[in-house]
Order: sequence, then C-alpha cells, then structure tokens
Amino acid sequence: MSENGMFGASGSGDTSGFGGLVNTTTVIGSTQRPFGSYFDQVADDLERAYPLFSDAIEKVVVDRGELTLFIKRDRLFDVAKILRDQLKFEMCIGVSGAHYPDESGRELHAVYSLLSITRNQRIRLEVSVSDKDSHVPSLVEVWAGTNWHERETYDMFGIVFDNHPGLTRILMPDDWPGHPQRKDYPLGGIEIEYKGATIPAPSQRRSYK
Amino acid sequence: MGLVVGLEEKLPSGFLLTTVEKLAGYMRKNSLWPATFGLACCAIEMMAAGAGRYDLARFGMEVFRASPRQADLMIVAGRVSNKMAPVVRQIYDQMAAPKWTIAMGACASSGGMFNNYAIVQGVDHIIPVDIYLPGCPPRPEMLMDAILKLHEQIGNEKLGPNREKIIREVEAAALAAKPTHQLKGLLT
Amino acid sequence: MTTFTDPYASSQETTEGRVYSLTGGDWDSLVTEIGATKEERVVLNMGPQHPSTHGVLRLILELEGETVTETRCGIGYLHTGIEKNTEFRNWTQGVTFVTRMDYLSPIFNETAYCLGVEKLLGITNDVTERATVIRVMMMEFNRISSHMVALGTGALELGALSPMIFAFREREKVLDVFEMISGLRMNMAYVRPGGVAQDLPQGALAKIRETIKELRHNFKDNEKLLISNSIWIKRTQGIGYLDLAGCTTLGITGPVLRSTGLAWDLRKAQPYCGYEDYQFDIPTTDTCDVYGRFLIRMQELEQSLRIIEQCVTKLEKLEGQPVMVADKKIAWPSQLSIGADGMGNSLNHIREIMGESMEALIHHFKLVTEGFRVPAGQVYTSIESPRGELGVHLVSDGGTRPYRVHFRDPSFNNLQSTAAMCEGGQIADVIAAVASIDPVMGGVDR
Repeated sequence: MSENGMFGASGSGDTSGFGGLVNTTTVIGSTQRPFGSYFDQVADDLERAYPLFSDAIEKVVVDRGELTLFIKRDRLFDVAKILRDQLKFEMCIGVSGAHYPDESGRELHAVYSLLSITRNQRIRLEVSVSDKDSHVPSLVEVWAGTNWHERETYDMFGIVFDNHPGLTRILMPDDWPGHPQRKDYPLGGIEIEYKGATIPAPSQRRSYK
Repeated sequence: MGLVVGLEEKLPSGFLLTTVEKLAGYMRKNSLWPATFGLACCAIEMMAAGAGRYDLARFGMEVFRASPRQADLMIVAGRVSNKMAPVVRQIYDQMAAPKWTIAMGACASSGGMFNNYAIVQGVDHIIPVDIYLPGCPPRPEMLMDAILKLHEQIGNEKLGPNREKIIREVEAAALAAKPTHQLKGLLT
Repeated sequence: MTTFTDPYASSQETTEGRVYSLTGGDWDSLVTEIGATKEERVVLNMGPQHPSTHGVLRLILELEGETVTETRCGIGYLHTGIEKNTEFRNWTQGVTFVTRMDYLSPIFNETAYCLGVEKLLGITNDVTERATVIRVMMMEFNRISSHMVALGTGALELGALSPMIFAFREREKVLDVFEMISGLRMNMAYVRPGGVAQDLPQGALAKIRETIKELRHNFKDNEKLLISNSIWIKRTQGIGYLDLAGCTTLGITGPVLRSTGLAWDLRKAQPYCGYEDYQFDIPTTDTCDVYGRFLIRMQELEQSLRIIEQCVTKLEKLEGQPVMVADKKIAWPSQLSIGADGMGNSLNHIREIMGESMEALIHHFKLVTEGFRVPAGQVYTSIESPRGELGVHLVSDGGTRPYRVHFRDPSFNNLQSTAAMCEGGQIADVIAAVASIDPVMGGVDR
C-alpha cells in the first residue's frame, strides 16, 4: 500500500458520493501465536472442545486488541454451538456484512460479534463466501437473537442464510430489487414510480453537474 | 333592490360585516387539527412544540388527532423512506378536505442530507405541500412560525368556484413547468 | 317503489300500513356456530402510523378475542441508508450522519463511532482527558433526556398525559445545556474523531450545576406521578415478562436485561471513556416486567446526575486543557466558535488562514475536503446507550472514507423480543410491553 501526499486521498477526493468513487481493499494477514491478552485462552479452550479446530479455522487475526476467527462456512454452525455451550459465549451481539468485490471467490463476508457475560470477553467470527454461492448456515438455532440481524444482512448484501426460519427482507420493501449496501449498488438514483412523478439520479440533478 | 350602500352605518353596535370567504377562512385557520404523524427526529421536536414550554395550545392546535379522518393538517415530520411513501399517501388520502401539509425539516422538504436509495427526495413527490420548513430538525419556534404562516394562507383562501379555478390554474402551471432536474445552471 | 325480501325482516300489508316482523338468530346458537368453525382468528394490523406504537413501527397481531396469540413486527419504514451514505463521506463527516440514527441519543451514536475511528487510528490513549470527561458528561445528560422521552411517551401511550408534559419539561432543561455547549438541541455532531468539536463556553459549569439542582428537584414530580400510581402499577406490573434466559438468547441488553436482576452494564463491565473512575451504581430489579424497567430508568436518572456532578468537579481541575488530540493531521484545523448564526469557524482562525499563512489554508482545505487517512482493518466498539449495547463495526481500507460502517443498534435487537413479551397476553398490554423496550425507530431502521 503506497501513500500519496500528506493526506493520501486517491482520485478526485470528491466526497459527494457521485464522482465515480472506486475503493480498493486490503487483506490483513493472519496472526501467529501467542495472540496475547485472553485470546490464547479462548483459542486453547476451543481447540480442546473442538478437535477439528485446525480444519475449521481458516486463520486467526488479532488486530487492535480484537480477536477474529475466520471460519469455514461448513463448520460455522458446529463452532458456534460449541462456543455457546462450552465456552459460554451466551450472546451473539449482531451480524454485520461486508462486500469486498476485489477478493474473488470470497466477496461477501458475514461478521458475528460474540459476547460472553460469564467470561466478560468478546470475540468475532468471520465467514467469507463467494458471490455466486452466497450461502451461509443460519445461527438462529444457536442464538435466536441473530434472526433479524441475518435478515438485515440478507437484505443489504444478499447473503443467504440456510435454515433461517423466515429469510425475507426486513428494512427494504418486500419487492425491492437488489441489495443496496453492496459496493456495486449505486448510492442513489434508483428508479421508483410515484403516480407520474420521476426522481432523477442524483448525478443528473443540476447541483452535481 | 340590490345592495344597500352604507349598510354598516345603520347597524347597531356589536355587528361585524365580512365576506363568507373570510368568515370560513377565519374559522378554519383557528381550529386546525394536526394528525399525529411523526416519522423521525422532527417528530420529537413536534412533540416538544406540543409540550409545556412551547405550548402549541396557544394557537388552538393542541388536539393532535390520532385518526387522519379527523385531521386537516398533516405535518410530515421527518425523512420519508420509499417503504413509507405509500403509507404517507394513504394517510393523506384518508384526511378529509380541505387539508393542508407542512413538510417539516430538510428531509421532508428535499431529502436533505440523505441523498440515497432509501429516501424519497422530498415529500412533494407524493403529496402536495403547502409549507416547506427548513432545519435539521427545525426548532419548535420554527414549527410554530410555519404554522402561523399556514394560518395566514388558510385565512385568505378562496371558496367555491374561485377555489376550483385557482386549483385548476395551479395544476396547469405545475404540469407546464419544467422539471427541476431538467433545469440548467444554478439560478435559472 | 321496489320491493325485496329481507330474510330477517319479513313484512305484510295491513290496514294500518306495512308491518315488519324482525327475526334473527339466537345469540346462543350464533356463538356455538362460530365456536364450531374453530377458525376465529382476527389479524390486526397496527401501524406503521399509529399513535401508540412508538414511531413508525408496524405490529401484526393475531388475536383470539382480546388475547394475542401471535405477534410480528414490521420494520424498515424509516430505513434511511445512513450506513451506505457514510461510505461516501470522509471519516469526520460520518459523525454528522450517525448522529441522526437513534435521534434520541445522538451523543451515544457519535461517541461509539468516534471511539471506533480512534481505535482504528490507534489514538485511543491520545484523546485528552478533558475531551473524554466532556464526552461522559454529554452522554449522561443525553441519557437523562432519552429516558425522559421514554418515560413520557411510554406513559402517554398508556393514556397518561401529565407525565409526558413533565418529562418534556425536564428534557427541555437538558436540551438547553446541549444548545449552550454544542449550539444545537438535537443531532449535534459534537463529538469528533480525536476529541470534541469545541470547548465548553464561558460560564457553562455554573449553568450545569444549576441544571443539576433543578433536575434533581423536578425528578421528584415525575416519581410522584407514576411510581405509586395504582393505574400505572396495574397496567405495568407482571406485563411484558422476559427472563434472563430469554434475554441472553435474544441478545437483549440495557434496562430490559437489568430488569431480570443481572447488573450488566458496559460502563462497569467493560469500561470505556474512563468510566471506571466514576462512582455510580447500576440499578436492577428482578421482576422481569414493564414496571421493573420503568423503575430502572427512574433510578438511572439519579445515577446519571451523580456522574455529571463528578464530571463537573473534574472539568474544573482540567480547565485550559485542549479538547482535541495534538496531532494536527487528525485534529480539525479550525477553532470553532458559536457565532450569531450558529457554530462556525472562529474569526481569528479565518483571519490567520486567509491573511497570514498559505500553508495553513492548504492544510485546512485538504483536511476538510479530503480528510485524514485511517489505517486498514476492522474494529468493533460498544458502549452502553440508554437502550442497551450500542455497537459499531467499522471497516477501513486505508482510505479517507469508511469502507463499511455498521451500527448494531440496541433498539433493533431488543425489538425482537416483542413476540416473546406479548404472545399470550392482552392486546392492551402489547403497548406497555413495546413502550418498555423503548425502541427508537430511527435506530431500528437506520
């Protein structure tokens, strides 16, 4: 990664959102042991409770005092269950999505934040899938609270959570085409019809010309 | 016989003469009933306007009606999303005429800072608006000022065929006008 | 005249005119007839425009008489796409967007976001103590104003108008403080990455001390109105039951979790912004019901005042300290001040950059238009908002704009518990249960 100039803005530096913004992505490498803090203990406990650990975990990243376990999606459900039952991560705080169009084969990421009240610890799980096969097992059976979060991630990114009790759009209208928070979805200017009224794309409005 | 010139002078004290139009306007403007219709941040300021310190009751408007059927003023207080737009329109259609609309805040007036896929870029795309009130959110004083301006407008409204004529003219002008997005330059 | 035969009103002509004899089914047979079909379900749609649903929330209730058998929430009517919008602005401008998410707790949104940005930048420890104390003070004031709306509208929805008038009286006092400090009543964008937008104005601490005194006195009025009000108690006690197991599996935090008896508050459990240095208690109840949550909110008001008092004492000692990080590549270059037409650049600063130093002008221009670069990576920061754990998931790709901003809003998550709280109860209790979750739709839908 190279830095240009003092502030390093690439391109036009236009922040209006309609200047053909192009983002580049950076992949952070994995971390080796010792992880520091309580992370070694979490990893040890998980390895003990789940013999397939090395097979299930793609990589471990410790960055800015936070532990992220990148998990293969086939193992996600098992690992989640063990994290809840044996490692006492009682709560799944939420599911967030992220779209990295440049990482071919693993464009869509689902990020789970877990909280253990018993241990007073937090970890993060991350699963990546490809755009063409964007299926991730649903964790609603493990933590019922992920229900709406998974629906939101589906709505915004198009990640399909298998075995979800009712995977429908939650924030956008039911008949909305596309998944708005993906990087290939424009910020505005979506054609919508209201009895003869037209809303032009923001880039077509005079203030942006 | 025709009109008696100088009728005013022959009346005993305690009588006022006015036109039917002005009388109707006077009645209408002093008993506006807003619909309880809050969307976002502006709705909280709208509630503040109705509460103790600002006290909208001073202008005869403290009765926020829960049912749109009983309301004649719609204060669109907040951002209108594309999912909400049909609902807003339905509520507006349910209100009995004559009815008025205030687009409260930047989002309701123009989409405000949320120039994106989710927000209707101005509630005037879906319902006619009488007063545009800027601010993010506007202070309660600004809302009261907007309401008083609307009172003025209502007080001078025409009745009967005159009103129909005005409505037709306004509609014709609106249809003939160039859409904003086709305008060129900044000030034309 | 057209004639038709009515099955329930046959008629015959007599010498005194037409006589109708009304017939109809017997009520008993009618009731058994309906009972036999076993399909007596009423699906009731409440909202999105309804005076008692706490904003544009849509509730779909399946009823058997007055009993609610199934509840579903329809949300998204206030979806604003804020998360997407922030990806197109620089990191500092993001504050202006996130403050409008949960519009009753703007300072919490800003602080959570800024803590995240600072963590990404690695400057968490460089934020000056004065800035942190001001943040804490603003957050606690915000907690009061937010709880006031929760209590006022909650009571309003159950039909009590007076508590709302009183609650908004207190809220206005808090908003006066916000206006004095930040220039705005709501949506202030006051907390910025690296510190806060500007220092407290002259005489602020004296005014705050006076406000604390007034608030403490006024809170008693609110208590008198509701705490032992028999109607309020009957409407709230034993209603909206959700126990600890339900809370953990649904990821519920905040007053709803604390009403199960678990004193889980991130300010104590995982302190941020130096909360470990303040003396305060975490109010809990073990009733798991609406009344318990109401009591917790009432007691948190007093705890917030305690924290604010300690902030004032600290701020006196920290007089003169900067409120922004020293790094000029991150700190907003201007010196903001409140002018006659709102907050803007101070005249001295404009004089300097326009007249004396071209470098300062260039620096100002670059930092304001492009913003600073944030090293790549992702973080999750969470703080205790009035409604529970407010989490921010930030991803940076090393650029001057966020790559992804995701808010884990407590209202969004907590609203999932509506079904668990309402099913099997009376329809009137749905309102009480939803009000006790205190969802703010701006936060739910973002």
